[in-house]
Amino acid sequence: MSIVGGISLNTPVYRLVEEFRTDPSKIFNYLDMIYKNIDRVESKVKAFITIVPQETLYSYVEALLKEQKERISSMRLLGVPIAVKDNISTKGIRTTCASRMLESYIPPYNATVIERIIREGGLIIGKTNMDEFAMGSTTETSAFFPTRNPWDLSRVPGGSSGGSAAALVAGEAPLALGSDTGGSIRNPAAFCGIYGLKPTYGLVSRYGLIAYASSMDQIGPMARNTIDLALMLSVIAGHDPHDSTSLPAPPKDYVMALKELDSKEPKLKIGIIKELFEVAEEEVRKVALKAVDMLCSYHECTTISLPYRTEVVAAYYIIAMAEASSNLARFDGVRYGLKVSFENRGWRDVYTEVRTKGFGYEVKKRIALGTYVLSVGYRDMYYIRALKFRRILKETFDSIFKNVDAVISPTMPILPPRLGEFAKDPIKMYMADINTVIANLIGAPAISIPVGFYNNLPIAVQLMSKPLTEDILLYLSLQLERRTGLKDLIAEVP
Amino acid sequence: MTAKELKVIIGLEVHVQLTSLKTKLFCPTPANYRESPPNTHVCPVCLGLPGVLPVVNRKAVEYAIAVAKALNCEISDKLIFVRKHYFYPDLPKNYQISQYIGPGFTSIAKNGYVTIYVQGKKKIVRIRRINIEEDPGRIIYIGSIETSPYSLIDYNRSGVALLEIVTEPDMENPKEARAFVEKLIAILEYLGVTNPELEGAFRVDANISFEGYGRVEIKNIGSVKDVERALTYEIVRQRRIIEQGGKIERETRHWDPEKGITVPLRVKEVEEDYRYFPDPDLPPLRMSREFIEKIIKSMPELPDERIERFMKQYNLDEYRATVLVLIKWLADFFEETAKMYNDYKKLADLLITDFLRWVHEYNLSPSAIKATPTHIAKLLSLWDKGILTSKMVKELLPRIVLEGLDIEKYVETTGYVRITDRSYLHKIVEEVMNENPKAVKDALSNPKAINYIVGLVMKKTNGKADPQIVKNIIEEMLNKLREGS
Repeated sequence: MSIVGGISLNTPVYRLVEEFRTDPSKIFNYLDMIYKNIDRVESKVKAFITIVPQETLYSYVEALLKEQKERISSMRLLGVPIAVKDNISTKGIRTTCASRMLESYIPPYNATVIERIIREGGLIIGKTNMDEFAMGSTTETSAFFPTRNPWDLSRVPGGSSGGSAAALVAGEAPLALGSDTGGSIRNPAAFCGIYGLKPTYGLVSRYGLIAYASSMDQIGPMARNTIDLALMLSVIAGHDPHDSTSLPAPPKDYVMALKELDSKEPKLKIGIIKELFEVAEEEVRKVALKAVDMLCSYHECTTISLPYRTEVVAAYYIIAMAEASSNLARFDGVRYGLKVSFENRGWRDVYTEVRTKGFGYEVKKRIALGTYVLSVGYRDMYYIRALKFRRILKETFDSIFKNVDAVISPTMPILPPRLGEFAKDPIKMYMADINTVIANLIGAPAISIPVGFYNNLPIAVQLMSKPLTEDILLYLSLQLERRTGLKDLIAEVP
Repeated sequence: MTAKELKVIIGLEVHVQLTSLKTKLFCPTPANYRESPPNTHVCPVCLGLPGVLPVVNRKAVEYAIAVAKALNCEISDKLIFVRKHYFYPDLPKNYQISQYIGPGFTSIAKNGYVTIYVQGKKKIVRIRRINIEEDPGRIIYIGSIETSPYSLIDYNRSGVALLEIVTEPDMENPKEARAFVEKLIAILEYLGVTNPELEGAFRVDANISFEGYGRVEIKNIGSVKDVERALTYEIVRQRRIIEQGGKIERETRHWDPEKGITVPLRVKEVEEDYRYFPDPDLPPLRMSREFIEKIIKSMPELPDERIERFMKQYNLDEYRATVLVLIKWLADFFEETAKMYNDYKKLADLLITDFLRWVHEYNLSPSAIKATPTHIAKLLSLWDKGILTSKMVKELLPRIVLEGLDIEKYVETTGYVRITDRSYLHKIVEEVMNENPKAVKDALSNPKAINYIVGLVMKKTNGKADPQIVKNIIEEMLNKLREGS
C-alpha cells in the first residue's frame, strides 16, 4: 500500500481531517489515491451506481478552499470523500434507489444529512448500490447489477446498504452513509468487516431519505473504525425541523463522549441473548462467542432469554411492507421517474405501465403484500396484530434494559451467502434478519462490530442499547476494536 | 306511497380552505396560490418528491380547533393524521394526509351541531366530524370533463389546508341545505379562517336520497346558490325515476353549474378501501387542555352571539338580525351606520332589501361597494326630514352604491328635493284636475279615488312632490268644488 505525505488508503478519517486542515493540498493527493483505486477495483466490486467525476470533485474542493477559507480549519469532515447510499437525496446528483423507476431522477434538493456533511466540508464522491428501494439483504435486488463482496467476489456484500459497505472495505471511500430499516446498515457492515451504526429512531433526520418503512427507517454512519463512526454520527445527528419524527436532541460530539467513557472505563452490564446465538451457524457462533468473552472479561454479563422468534420477523415484515405499499404509491411517472407515453391513454393505463416496468419483483411483491395486510378484512389479522406485537416487544426490551446496559448477539446468524443463494429461499433470507429487525421495531440504537473471520469471511456481533445511548455502543465497540485489532481493514481485491 | 310523500334525506360534506393561513398545511410554500401561473407555487414537499416529509402548520390546527368550538364539537386531545390511499393524478403522493375515526386514530373534532333558520323555523343540523386534510392539485379539462381531449394538472393548490366538515343527514330539503351552508360560511368568516369569496375556497359534496332508495352523491358544488339548485334538480330527477317505478342507482354525480344539471360520474358498487393507517411521518401530537382553552378564549364573537346582541342592542327582530349577521360585511356596515343613525329598523330594512339588491345586481364584492356608512346615514336622515321621498331614495340608492354619490351635495346642487311649495303644487294640482275631469268626478263621490289624482301629480313632478301636501290641496279643492256646486 502506497503512502503519500503520511496518508494511505486506509488512514482513518479522523487522521485525514487533521492532515487536510494543516495542509489542504493533501486533499488532492488523497483524491488521486482514491480514484486510482476505484479505477482498479470498481469494475469487480461494483459498489457505485453513480461516481462523481474526479474533475468535478477537484473543482468543488478548489472552490471550497477559496470560498470558505475562514471555516475550513473547523470543518469536521474537511476533504473527506463520502459514499452515499443511493436512496439519500443529493441535489444535482442522480438518486435512483437502484430502481428503473428513478433511473434518471435528479433531486432538486439535498437531504438534511447531506446538507450537514457539506457544511462540515465533506465531499459526496458517489452514490452506492443497494437493494431496490432498500428491499433486500444482499444488494442483489438492485435493478442495475449486484455488488460483490470484496473479501470474496463470489459472495454478496449484504444489504441493503451493500454498496456503501463494499466501497469502504474495497478502499473506494473512507466513510459512508447507509440506511437501516431492518438491518440494512448492520447486515452489510457484518458481511464486509466494517463498523455500522443504526441510530435511535429520530436521532438522525430522515428528510431526503427515500422512504421504505417510515416508522423504522434511519440513516446511519458506516466506517472502518469506531472513532470515524462516532465522528460521522456527530455530524449527522441532531434535531431537524423538517422531520416531525426527529427527536428534540441537541447536537452532541460523540467522539468526545466516546473518549470520555473510554478514559473512565465504566464497568457495564451486558445481556447475552441466548436464542440469537442458538439460531446462528456454528462458525458464526464460535467467533461471536469469543467476542462475548472479550467483553465479559471486563464487564458483567448475564444470559437473557427472548421468548419470540418467528413473531419478530413476521411483525417486522408486515409493518415494513404495509408502510412500503403506501410510501411507494407516489411513483407513477407523472412528475418524475420513469416516463412512458401519455398519448391517448387514461391515467390508469399509464400508471399500470409505469409501475409494471419501473419496479422489480421484490418491490412488487412487498407492495402487493403491504396492500393486502392493510385492506379491510385483513388488517386486523395482520397489521393491527403486528402493531400489538411491536408494543409487546418494546415492553419486553424496556424491562430488559432496566437490568442491563446493552445486549449482544451475532449481527447476522450466517456467513455472507453466495450470489443467487438467497433468491432460491426467500424465507431463509427474511429469517436471517431476526437479530437486526428488533432494534428497528423498538426504535433502539444498534451497532455492528467486526470481531473475526472464518475462511476469510468477516463475522460480526451486534450490540443494542436503550434509545439515545449511542455513546455506550461506541464505547463497547472501541474496546472490542482494540482487543480484536480489526480496524481500518481493506480487502485485497484480486 | 307516492314519491311526493317520501321523505328526502340530505347530508353534506363541506370542504373549506383555510385561506387565511400564510403557508400550506405541511410545507412552507405560501398558501395563496391563486394569482400564480400553473405549477409555480410548489416545493418538494407539496409535489410529493421522493424523500420529503410533512411538518404540520400549527396555525392550521389552531384554526381547526376554533372552528370545532364554533360548531359545538367535542375536541380531541390528540392530533392524529392518517394516510388515505387512492390513485389519482391530482394527488402527488397517491395518498392524502387526512384524518379518520378508527382504531388508534380520530378526527380533530366530532359530534357538534349548527342551528339554522329556514322560513322562520329553527332547526338543528348535527355535525358528524371535522377533519384537517391537504387539498389535492387541480385537474384542468379542455372544455368539459367528458369531451376534453386531454387534461392538465396544476399542483399549485396541492397541500393547501382544508377542513372537511361532515354533517349527519339531517336536512330535508334544498332550502335547509342552503341555509346550513350559509350559516357555516358565516361562522368561518367570523372566525377569520377563510375568505369564502375566493374561487374554490369552499366546495360542497351533497348526499341525497329518498327514504328507502339509493343514495346519490353530488360533487363539485361551488356556491351557496348552487347547493339549492343542484339538490332541487336532483330531487326532481330522482322523483321522476321513482314515480316511473325505477330504481335509484347508488352513484356519484357531477354538478354542471352552466347547464344546471347533474351528470353521472361513476357508479359506486362497493365502498372504496382507502387503507387508512396513521401517518408514520407525523407522530400523534398531544393537544393540552390549556392549549385548546387558550384558542377558545381568543375567539371572536360568533354569528349566534351577534344575532342575540343585535336583537337586544338594536331592538331588531330575529329575522332582520339573522339576515344581517349572516352576511358579515353587511352586519359590520349596519353597526357602523348605526353609530350615526338611530332608526335601526329602518336602517336594517334598507340594507337587507334595496341596498343588498343593488349590490347583487351589480355583482359587487364588499370591497367594491362605494357607499359608506356615512352615505347611508345621510340618505336616511334626508328621508326622515322629508327632503327626499321614498321614491327618490330608491332612485338614488344605486348611484350611491355604485359611485359613492354624496347625497347632500347632490341635493344641493341639483335641487333634487321634495317639492313642498304649496302655491307651486296648487298650480300643478289645478292643471291635473282640469286635464282629468273624470277622475275629479270619481273623487268627489269616492274618497279613495283621491289617490289616483295624487299619483297623477306625482307623475307630473317626477315623484318630487310631497304626497301629503298634494293630498291636502286636492281635498281642499274638492271641498271647494262641492261647496260651489
